[in-house]
Amino acid sequence: MQKYSFFNLVSAALRRHRDWQPVWRDADPKEDYDVIVVGGGGHGLATAYYLAKVHGITRVAVLEKGWLGSGNAGRNTTIIRSNYLLPDNTRFYEFSLKLWERLEQELNYNTMVSQRGIVYFAHSDAQRDAYARRANQMRLHGIDAELVDVAWLRRLVPFVDFDNARFPIQGGLWQRRAGTARHDAVVWGYARAASQLGVDIIQNCEVTGFIRAGGRVVGVETTRGAIRAAKVGLALAGNTSRVAAKAGLRLPIESHVLQAFVSEALKPLIPCVLIFGAGHFYVSQSDKGGLVFGGDLDGYNSYAQRGNLSTVEDVCEGGLALIPSLSRVRLLRSWGGIMDMSMDGSPIIDRTPIEGLYLNAGWCYGGFKATPAAGWCFAHLLARGDSHELARAYRLDRFASGRLIDERGVGAQPNLH
Amino acid sequence: MRILCPFCGERASSEFAYLGDASAARADPQGTEAMARFLEAVYFRENPAGVHTELWYHESGCRSWLRVKRDTCSHQIFDVAYAKEALRT
Repeated sequence: MQKYSFFNLVSAALRRHRDWQPVWRDADPKEDYDVIVVGGGGHGLATAYYLAKVHGITRVAVLEKGWLGSGNAGRNTTIIRSNYLLPDNTRFYEFSLKLWERLEQELNYNTMVSQRGIVYFAHSDAQRDAYARRANQMRLHGIDAELVDVAWLRRLVPFVDFDNARFPIQGGLWQRRAGTARHDAVVWGYARAASQLGVDIIQNCEVTGFIRAGGRVVGVETTRGAIRAAKVGLALAGNTSRVAAKAGLRLPIESHVLQAFVSEALKPLIPCVLIFGAGHFYVSQSDKGGLVFGGDLDGYNSYAQRGNLSTVEDVCEGGLALIPSLSRVRLLRSWGGIMDMSMDGSPIIDRTPIEGLYLNAGWCYGGFKATPAAGWCFAHLLARGDSHELARAYRLDRFASGRLIDERGVGAQPNLH
Repeated sequence: MRILCPFCGERASSEFAYLGDASAARADPQGTEAMARFLEAVYFRENPAGVHTELWYHESGCRSWLRVKRDTCSHQIFDVAYAKEALRT
């Protein structure tokens, strides 16, 4: 496959760009593989890539029901960060951010990782204290975190309403290395790199059942025929419960709809990622100029990939409370993605009670930033049979053992993040 | 999404608060396998793509608890009843 470089771009331009090859190989299913990864989103493709690259397992198939990245990989707000409080999460997401930092060189693909920084606004003394605690936790793990004051923030984002009557801004938590990446490019980049190493990417191939032998899972039934494999890994986001049910599994997951939005294109306005601390609103500006933003879940079980107007209003109200100058910006598009909301707000990367079946799920709505590390750890689990050190806490049985990873500390609710 | 409240009539879903799966029933703490049953009730869900029976609370209305049958793929609502009555039958 072609390597992308400045030299190749120039020489292709001289040949009028007539001999570019497809980015990845659209494969037909073979009869059997070493590993099948179900789900052709970011997580599934990253898993396949690291299986081939790190563990040398190249007889791998990625099965995708639609087209690559047609689910949540193409529906998120593209934020990458590692400002978590609980140690299990802090370490994991920092590892992910480090993979993001060298992803383009690793994949030889422009994933447009932009470390433009992220601000969490504090609107009360209590919130500032909580951010101080979180910043300390981050720094103890060697992650950059800064508590910034209002004067500093006014220089960075003068258009924000600092003197809001109800939610005056008192400071913020700043992570400089956080930022955004181009979500589709992440999918294509991993697909290309995995395909190059011999991974079969099979689209329009929906799993309809599991092939069992003596209690083990030894393959999957699909709309394109039966495919056998020693190990099957699920990386299905919102559809996890649905497919796991075909193997008789019940999971601590509910599927909820989360909406995201993009405005018409504006001249450069927002230099970083902004998180409103009093409501729930997060925004960044894409390179095309559109403001990409989102807020809360709609709040009820859904597989519909679209939400309701009341949440649209709610998110926009949050946005206007933070940045009043957006009041006349027109909304260009909105869409919904289906989140696999786990019951403590943290993910699961673990084997299942069924031999041969492995699970990567429960990402709630923080799955995008986790893509490289989730792929890395899931590949480790599939290849070696034991959890990667960084994902050891993300066990499926933690709900029974009580070792929950409850980042917000509010108990069993499937609508955390 | 609009929900037909049996007391107030058809209202916007934003008037309601959502509790979740109505089939998750509290286990008997004295019963057999109480731990396993509590685990099921608190954490594990069917999470169907299709008809789902769930509890909604008409917070900004009559404050009734309702049992709603709704399709999670289309948001179509088939049936709304007071949660109390649904328990009796």
